[in-house]
Amino acid sequence: MLKIEQLTGGYSQTDIIKDVSFSVSRGEMFGILGPNGSGKSTLLKMVSGILAPYSGSISIKGKPIKSYSAKELARIIAVLPQHSSEAFSYSVKETVSLGRYAHQEGWFHTWSGKDEEIVWQVMEQTGVAMFADSLLHELSGGERQRVSLAQALAQEPEILLLDEPTNHLDLSYQKDLLDNLKGWTRNTGLTVISIFHDLNLAGLYCDRLLLLDRGRIKSMDSPNEVLREEQIAQVYQTSIQKQPHPKVPAPQMVLLPETEGNQTEEKLIDESLLQVSDEYIMLRSPQHLRTMSSGVVGSGIGWHRNFINRHVGKDYDCSDHRSEMADYIKKLGFEPGETVGMMTAVFLEDASFTFLKEEGFSILVVVTAGVGNAVDASRSKVHSSELVPGTINIWMFVNGELTEEAFIQGIMTATEAKAKALHELMVRDPLTGTIATGTSTDSILIAATQHGSKMDYGGTVTPLGKLIGRGVYDCTLEAVGKSRKRVKR
Amino acid sequence: MLRLFTRKRLNNKIFAYLFAAAFLAAAMLMGISIGTVSVPAGDIIKIIWAEIFRLTPDLDPMHTNIVLNIRLPRVILAGLVGASLAIAGAAFQGLLRNPLADPYTLGVSSGASVGAVLTLFFGISLPFAGLFTLPLFSILFSFITIFIVLWFARKIDRSMKVETIILTGIIFSSFLGSLISLMIALTGEELRQIIGWLLGSVSMRGWDYIKIILPFFAIGSFLLLLNSRELNAMSFGEERAQHIGVNVHKRKMIILIAGSILTGAAVAVSGTIGFVGLVIPHLTRLLWGPDHVHLLPLSIFTGAGFLILADLLARTIISPTELPIGVITALVGAPVFGVILMNRRSERRG
Repeated sequence: MLKIEQLTGGYSQTDIIKDVSFSVSRGEMFGILGPNGSGKSTLLKMVSGILAPYSGSISIKGKPIKSYSAKELARIIAVLPQHSSEAFSYSVKETVSLGRYAHQEGWFHTWSGKDEEIVWQVMEQTGVAMFADSLLHELSGGERQRVSLAQALAQEPEILLLDEPTNHLDLSYQKDLLDNLKGWTRNTGLTVISIFHDLNLAGLYCDRLLLLDRGRIKSMDSPNEVLREEQIAQVYQTSIQKQPHPKVPAPQMVLLPETEGNQTEEKLIDESLLQVSDEYIMLRSPQHLRTMSSGVVGSGIGWHRNFINRHVGKDYDCSDHRSEMADYIKKLGFEPGETVGMMTAVFLEDASFTFLKEEGFSILVVVTAGVGNAVDASRSKVHSSELVPGTINIWMFVNGELTEEAFIQGIMTATEAKAKALHELMVRDPLTGTIATGTSTDSILIAATQHGSKMDYGGTVTPLGKLIGRGVYDCTLEAVGKSRKRVKR
Repeated sequence: MLRLFTRKRLNNKIFAYLFAAAFLAAAMLMGISIGTVSVPAGDIIKIIWAEIFRLTPDLDPMHTNIVLNIRLPRVILAGLVGASLAIAGAAFQGLLRNPLADPYTLGVSSGASVGAVLTLFFGISLPFAGLFTLPLFSILFSFITIFIVLWFARKIDRSMKVETIILTGIIFSSFLGSLISLMIALTGEELRQIIGWLLGSVSMRGWDYIKIILPFFAIGSFLLLLNSRELNAMSFGEERAQHIGVNVHKRKMIILIAGSILTGAAVAVSGTIGFVGLVIPHLTRLLWGPDHVHLLPLSIFTGAGFLILADLLARTIISPTELPIGVITALVGAPVFGVILMNRRSERRG
């Protein structure tokens, strides 16, 4: 559809685009990325025929761009400008009708029934038909953008060029616009080439991305390959982190602000922050901690600063435990959104905790344990799946920076240490009579300050894993021991 | 209040043409009828009817003489000049996306004057052009002026802001004005004639001047009417116009040439008459919308009618002395110019 070879060009003899080659095929959604001044708009201007290149070639549908007249080109390529401004107040329909210019023939451009039909059709598509008689300056920014889009679509283009189409648009309009564009590429074979400011939107919607760096192609590939942390950080000269999108297989880039960490004084998470009462064990962290947990509230991956392990009676009604727990947290005066909450039927004075230090980092482990509903994971199919308040709850607070991998490995290591402690204590699954590996409702939390020394791994023989293994094993032994004593008494 | 009005305008195109035509007809009748000797409207129609069909009706020969040899040519000339300046102004405004642009504010009128004064000053007469030497030189100079003004404005400010263009126009107007003063100072004789002509007037021109302006008016207007859709596109910006499929370079050239032809010819027959090209397109746009397909022809009617009325006012207001017509148009036009400028500023702030 579009082929660009060794394109070089710019303004007043300075090269802004240097030796750029790529091609875009029919029905593709192609994104152009790059920091300010990297030449995105210049490249788009050359593709749309506004700016003549110094050297290199642009061909559209196999013919050089220069061989098309302005009208012929407008029947193939339409452009949605970043912002439109008009000197006079035209009505929406007048504006959209201008898009038919290239299709009209004769000296006085007779307006045909087909023109009228297409103008109404594109106004319906873009949702501006109801404004047909309104004047442009009466519309909001988002509405005007849709009018511009309707005008471009009225050209019945095969290629649509867009310059930061989502700029100035509300979140919902951004999504609508890009959803529509994506739909058209699939259904009508429209080719979309768009400049993006927002890396995440580009990654979500584009089939391929082109990353420009000072006028040259830095990378051109699928979004996942182009949006690599170190590459983006280098081109945009900023710290950035990549994460997977929670719902679709597309990368998301997040900025890392400079201020955080420098301003807040780093405070060690240790046993002095623990508050233990009959009703709950609580830890309030001075800063937010990166957490991975299986709590009742605040589970999954997130950032939290309040950690509550709540004692509930054995007869606690679990039908809507999540909202009940959230209410409870609110009653204590905390934001549920900032809190990880767990439940246990164990008496909290039986909790066991330990603080372990190693070169450059330290961890606090807190365990509450009861083994009334112990289960052997390898034979758990004999158990029913009813939920009762958790009995072995493990908290690990790490003063250090963990990768996601280290989080997961830390949980594995802790689980293995717990199983080993139960084995050591000969805790048996009451149904099978075999040694239990845990209880049916155990919870786990690993939280890290994300400051200090960085730990890539948390496996059993890594420095982190060694502390976790020891801490969880010791605390579980002690906690189960305490609770057994109580049962015997 | 205006909004309801402007919204309605879209469906009233036929009404718009009827209204504009009626306005022009009424202005013409008034222009011919009113004066030191007043001629009843009925007689005017009879006289013209008789003249066209070579009848000899029973009418006052003095009235016939006044109508056919003095007032009718004067009204037609005023109409043609007004129409030329108005349509040229509408085109310049669309092309430059600038409601303050007109032949006068852009300095094009001054350029045309320099061309005309030079012709008179050196007594130039092109052998093949004869009567058309003066307008041809005016047109040539208006064309050169608009190009220098636009080139200069682009040099100052790539984005060609409204204010930059106007300022450049004013600088060139002043400069060209002093060139004219210099030439007048050097001539000595014919002084009053040139000054009177410079202030702008359509008096005592006769049918010859109509023959001079008519072909240029026809060519210029025709060229502009052919480009009315392109003007619509270009009022969204040249880049946008190019994207829509307009051959911007070629069309811009045609529009500038046509505008220069109209301005040059108008200046050649009547001197510099300011603000017609500014006020008329502006009011016409306010009444019937910015679509150039209709704005250009409607401006022809309203511009013609306006200048006929301005001329009527100029020659009757302190009768028997005649004011230069440029005084009247400036008295109306300058305040309108101020209002537009003020609206633009508050729009930008708001």
